[in-house]
This record gives sequence, structure tokens and C-alpha cells, in this order.
Amino acid sequence: MELINPAEVQRMIDTLKNQDLYIHLEMTTGAYAAHYDSSKHPAANFITNALIRYEHGSISGNGPYRVGLKMSHGWVYTEGLTHFEQSDTERLIMAGHDSQGKLVVALQLSREPF
Amino acid sequence: MGQNILVILPHPDDEAFGLSGTLAKYIVEGAHVTYACLTLGEMGRNMGIPPFANRITLPSIRKAELEESCKAIGIQDLRLMGFHDKTIEFEDQDKLDGVIASLLEEIKPSLVFTFYPGYSVHPDHDATGAAVTRTIQRMPAEERPAVHCLAFSKNCEEELGKPDVIHDVSMFIVQKMNSIQAHRSQFQAAELLGKKQLKTKEIEQRFGTERFWTYTFA
Repeated sequence: MELINPAEVQRMIDTLKNQDLYIHLEMTTGAYAAHYDSSKHPAANFITNALIRYEHGSISGNGPYRVGLKMSHGWVYTEGLTHFEQSDTERLIMAGHDSQGKLVVALQLSREPF
Repeated sequence: MGQNILVILPHPDDEAFGLSGTLAKYIVEGAHVTYACLTLGEMGRNMGIPPFANRITLPSIRKAELEESCKAIGIQDLRLMGFHDKTIEFEDQDKLDGVIASLLEEIKPSLVFTFYPGYSVHPDHDATGAAVTRTIQRMPAEERPAVHCLAFSKNCEEELGKPDVIHDVSMFIVQKMNSIQAHRSQFQAAELLGKKQLKTKEIEQRFGTERFWTYTFA
């Protein structure tokens, strides 16, 4: 994974619009959050291989970045993205890592199921 | 022929800190170890520093790390059971128990290692321990293997008492450290050992003992 290059991500967002895509969307504080610090509230969710289609999308911010994808009846929104997979030219693979390198958030889009 | 040991844990690396020294010791004494790892830990948050894994590559990277860890310990038989990380508590219980029952039937272990249900923090750990003990509970009492459990919730000693099985694994520190370090996407050297290199004595104090609770069947 490399640090996000917003121009490259925007290009991929544009390439993938107006077609059926499989999405992996995830956010997590980690299963051990409350074990290490009882003031923390452990929370997580993920959805894998739901089908979506957006007609417009963009990346914004100065890093960590936000991405919003506008669908015909709603939105996909993600905040906190730091890294993307530059070598992947077919899919958009993005994640946000905290200061310890742990994954906090992920947004992935692909024409094929993950 | 030594005894057959069956290890059932949900994630690659669950064996490393709490169990690898004990397994290495049993193996040197002639035991045959089968390790059934239920998932590939594909939802893990650690990707390496800087991140060399991503959500797509993590399962295959963790599989290779697990194979290296098993080799370091000397485990003869690794089974990847194909369940999905974070979902063990939601799996079809009959299916899960069936998979565990067929392992027990095939391997006929005299000793099983798993997590103590309810005292192992991660929902996958608790669900794995619950499935293993539930399945063994159904066996006739005289056929049941001994079950030694890992536990590390804050209340585990308060409620379960002191661990009743203690293994001195100071002779197997090399195997144990190699097992831990095999999981390089999960355990960063700095996180593990602190900034400075630990002295041999410090490593022995920190990693030289492994503790288990014997599961008592109703």
C-alpha cells in the first residue's frame, strides 16, 4: 500500500462510475479496544460484496482523505483514508491506517467479487 | 508413538504467544500435533509497518506466516478450516460442531488445546472454545480428551481461579520466538520487544512460562 495520491484515486473513481460494482466497506476500532482501555467502546462493521452503482464520486481533503460516491438513491461516504494500492489498475483499494499502522477504515470497489 | 494433540484456534497467530512453547515441548517428547486453524484472520487490522499487506492480500500473507510459525514449532499437521474471520459466533452451530466432531473422530487426541469460552476476549476465541467444549461434552465421558484452555480476560483468574497447568518452556524459547516473529504482519518487532534488544534473562521471564486452565465438563 502507498500513501494516497488523490489525482490517481480520482481517475479511478471516474473510471468505475455508472457500472455495477462490488463494494467492501469497513470500519473498526479493533476487537481488543475495550480490553486494553476500558474507556474505549469497541465498534466495527463491514459489508462485503454488496452490489452498488454510483453516477458521481470524488475524493477530498488534504489527507487523511474523504471519499463520497453519489448513487441514484443514496450515498457511500468514508473518512480517514490514508493508503491505496497503486499497482491495482482494475480495482480501487483504499484504507485508513492509524499512527500504529492498524487499519481503521477501508473502502474497496471492484467489478468482480472480492 | 507419542500422544495425538489437537489444537483448535480461530486465527493464525493465536498459537504464538500462549501455546507455541508448550507445543514445541510436547513435539520434542514425541507428540503428533494437528492444528486446526478456523480462519485466515483476514479481518486483522495489522498490515505491517509500513503496510505491506492490504485487505486483498492479507489472507494469503497470513497463511504463509502461519505455515512458517508451524514449521518453527515443529507442528506436523496444519489444517485450514476455511471459516471467515469475525464470523465464528454467527456460523451455523451444527456445521461448526460437525467439523470439530469429525476432527476429533479422525485424530482421536488425548489432549485438546483451545480458548476458554467466555474468558478469551475476542468473540471468535470465545465462540471457538464454546464449540470445542460443546462438541466434546457430547462424547461419552470415558472417551473425552483432556481440554487445556487459554484465557486472558481481565476477570479470568478471579472467576476461574489460578491456571492449573503450568509449563516451563524456557528450553523452547527459540521455537517460540521464531513462531511469534513468523507473524510479521501482525507483530512488529518494536511492539514485541520494545526499542532495545531484550536480554536473554528478560526474554525468559516474559515468555518462559505458559499457563492453561483444564476445562471441567458438567
